[in-house]
Amino acid sequence: MNASYIGIRRYLVNHLATALSWLAAALVLVPLLAIFGYLVYRGFGSLDWAFFTQIPKPVGESGGGMANAIVGSAFILLIASCIGVPLGVGSGIYLAEYGRGRFGHLVRFTADVLNGIPSIVMGIAIYALVVIRQKHFSAFAGGLALGIMMVPTIARATEGMLLMVPQALREAALGLGIPKWRTTISIALRTASAGIITGIMLAFARVAGETAPLLFTAFGNSFWNMDPTQPTAALPLQIFVFAISPYEEWHRKAWAGALVLVVLIVAAVTSVRIVASRGVLKGSH
Amino acid sequence: MAVGIKVQNLKAWFGKTQALHGITMDVAPGKATAIIGPSGCGKSTFVRCLNRMHETIPDARAEGNVKIGDTDIYGSGSSAVQVRRRVGMVFQKPNPFPTMTIYDNVAAGLRLNGVSRGRELDAVVERCLTSAALWDEVKDDLKKKSGASLSGGQQQRLCIARALAVEPEVLLMDEPASALDPISTSKIEELIFSLKQNYTVVIVTHNMQQAARVADFTAFFLMGELIEMDKTEKIFTTPSNKKTEDYITGRFG
Amino acid sequence: MNSPHLKMPSFSHSVRDEAAGSKVFPTKPASLITSGSGNSMDQLFRGALLLSAVSVLAIVVLIVSQLYLQSRLSIHQFGWSFFKGQNWDPVAGDFGALPFIFGTLVSSMLALAIAVPLGVGVAIFMNEMCPRPLRNVFSYLVELLAAIPSVIYGLWGIFVLVPLMRQFIEPFLAKHFGWTGLFTGPMYGIGMLPASVILAIMIVPFISSITREVMLAVPSPQREAALALGATRWEMLRIGVLRNARVGIMGGIVLALGRALGETMAVTMLIGNRAEIAKSLFAPGYTMASVIANEFSEATENLYLSALVEIGLALFLVTVIVNIFAQGLIWSITRGNTARSH
Ligand SMILES: Nc1ncnc2c1ncn2[C@@H]1O[C@H](COP(=O)(O)OP(=O)(O)O)[C@@H](O)[C@H]1O
Ligand SMILES: [Mg+2]
Repeated sequence: MNASYIGIRRYLVNHLATALSWLAAALVLVPLLAIFGYLVYRGFGSLDWAFFTQIPKPVGESGGGMANAIVGSAFILLIASCIGVPLGVGSGIYLAEYGRGRFGHLVRFTADVLNGIPSIVMGIAIYALVVIRQKHFSAFAGGLALGIMMVPTIARATEGMLLMVPQALREAALGLGIPKWRTTISIALRTASAGIITGIMLAFARVAGETAPLLFTAFGNSFWNMDPTQPTAALPLQIFVFAISPYEEWHRKAWAGALVLVVLIVAAVTSVRIVASRGVLKGSH
Repeated sequence: MAVGIKVQNLKAWFGKTQALHGITMDVAPGKATAIIGPSGCGKSTFVRCLNRMHETIPDARAEGNVKIGDTDIYGSGSSAVQVRRRVGMVFQKPNPFPTMTIYDNVAAGLRLNGVSRGRELDAVVERCLTSAALWDEVKDDLKKKSGASLSGGQQQRLCIARALAVEPEVLLMDEPASALDPISTSKIEELIFSLKQNYTVVIVTHNMQQAARVADFTAFFLMGELIEMDKTEKIFTTPSNKKTEDYITGRFG
Repeated sequence: MNSPHLKMPSFSHSVRDEAAGSKVFPTKPASLITSGSGNSMDQLFRGALLLSAVSVLAIVVLIVSQLYLQSRLSIHQFGWSFFKGQNWDPVAGDFGALPFIFGTLVSSMLALAIAVPLGVGVAIFMNEMCPRPLRNVFSYLVELLAAIPSVIYGLWGIFVLVPLMRQFIEPFLAKHFGWTGLFTGPMYGIGMLPASVILAIMIVPFISSITREVMLAVPSPQREAALALGATRWEMLRIGVLRNARVGIMGGIVLALGRALGETMAVTMLIGNRAEIAKSLFAPGYTMASVIANEFSEATENLYLSALVEIGLALFLVTVIVNIFAQGLIWSITRGNTARSH
């Protein structure tokens, strides 16, 4: 477009708007690159073999690692998945297959509410529900908090993916005299499985880094623990504790832990993206 | 064992709109019966009532009396699932299961109904694919290729083989060739011709030549009502009803 | 229509028997016809699914009831004055939540003020300006920004942002904008300002992804109409897209507000955690989420614990209302065909 033709002011405004949008993009990239750059720089310098194999050393002693926190996180996330995946997939199937009425809308709405609950509030609710009753912090309480947080994401993904499965496939199966439950599991769910797994991984990546819900549930632990009824260390909790401590040695550990956590989450997000770009329905190309 | 179908005063609704206004009709066993009529006249709805597929659509319901052989399929004791095993269906658009191989597609009906019989399954798959005139084209790729990788015409024959595998007594086909090219269409028509020796076939078509070629009897539907049913030859040469005549001579529709 | 004149074809049983005799399938699996109808399994299946759907409702009901039960003590003790009191003195048993409400609102609003132009700008950039090959890369990067855990933002904030604030940004602001009264006092580096900046970075992805979605939902005839009038690209965007999308963009902003209000770890690590209401953004503050995070495990007194839970209950109610409002706004534009982000 030519300046003299459309008027100098409009021309300038157009270019100013374009420039501003580029500026916004650049301003968002700066912290992203700064965070990743610094994370890699500090994290790599502090990672060593002991980090993955040893538990934290007391203040003043150098060495030690976060092995118990890594394993603890895996343990808590396993508990969370055992709770969140069946509930999320189950309610997602319900919404897709039977959720046309009022009750379906109520469930969708409630899932949205659940999705918006601040994670710290989830933490105190589970504290009141489980920890007070059991009289101590536990891996189970932490897993329950994270598991509940996974439910809305998984339910939504499952519902959305199932609705994308062509009705014709269900009809083909029903027409063969295959019962509805079997049709749903073996045809609809199977066709949508890639998309549903994608949703589960997203939910997983989202809760893997959650700290606030674990503060008063899993609580943290300086030692190994694999008992679901006992307080358990978790990577994000440990990063938090180390980060706000005054010890340089612990700061290094916090960065190393942060790098490990971020690598795991980025790997999950990236693989989700790759799967999604290939199409989320099986056999539809 | 081909059985007849007796339909009495069949009505069907989608929500509040009525699509079938009391159809009464007898379908002869071991013959091919064509349903013709302008689009939207209720042909699909009618055949989907014959295997209780109609009720799988939300808010849809049907009322009336339909007997497959001696079984009243809307009777209190009968279950939709059992009806559908006896009454196979082939849809307008080929719909093979995309996640399954050719073999698994044919075997799906048996397996998912909990009837998997190991070695015997191989024989069933071969027999059904042969009956569907597809065996020679796919026998080398049975467990290698997905059902969705076949051509449209092959997919439709695969769907026919899949329907045959559960050994139905009646085969419903809703415009099975309308999404296919002429060569595939003629293959499907040949297939229908051979199938009707063993099955009662009900085929919906909006192609009158097709009805004339494959069907022994033809029923003409208009706006949710059965206008006329007779031997195909009679319908296309000397129909009794003026509306039928108008339709087959192309004066409307 | 009158009942049609029917000529039923007649067929004899002998024909039928012949057909049966020529059957090519000699064996029929008896089990096929007699095996269970699947009806009871269908009921069971549906029941199990219903159970998980009901459990979603039950969970929310349980959460709300637990929050209420645990905060009853404080609710009865202080009533509405709980939200007006400025004093937070656990030792004296005096609890007023105003400083936390203030801190939550100020940090969230300031974060929005920074994040909205960025988020909307990025959305426009990605949908309209970005060279196509870069678009995927860029949206991936923004997605990563959304995936970084809060605690890592906090870590980075403590060791990178806070020193930057203390040495460069705060002195600069004090020098040039000190007269506003917003940028005065000691420059600790931590405080309301860095907490808000971190919050802003964290919510930009929300705003931009909803804005993109809403912009894409605007029908393209609207764009074409604008272009046909001889609009420049920006005018086309402003008239044809943004004007139609603004309600939905508001929705994205409100949704981001909901996130900001409840955000805990990064804010707790940066805001300074002092229950004061200060005008200067350099001063430390406290938010509803961070007071819970910090003091919950030390609260041994029943009333203290109860007061903290009441803050949680209030936070819950506010975020729920904000989220519902946001969903409504977004829905009014996309009519539900949204690939809901995050
Ligand atoms: N899923 C549906 N929901 C509502 N109405 C429908 C649906 N399917 C068909 N109908 C209506 O029922 C009538 C009969 O349709 P159909 O049996 O599909 O006709 P045909 O197969 O003869 O073209 C039509 O008026 C159509 O609009
Ligand atoms: Mg039709």
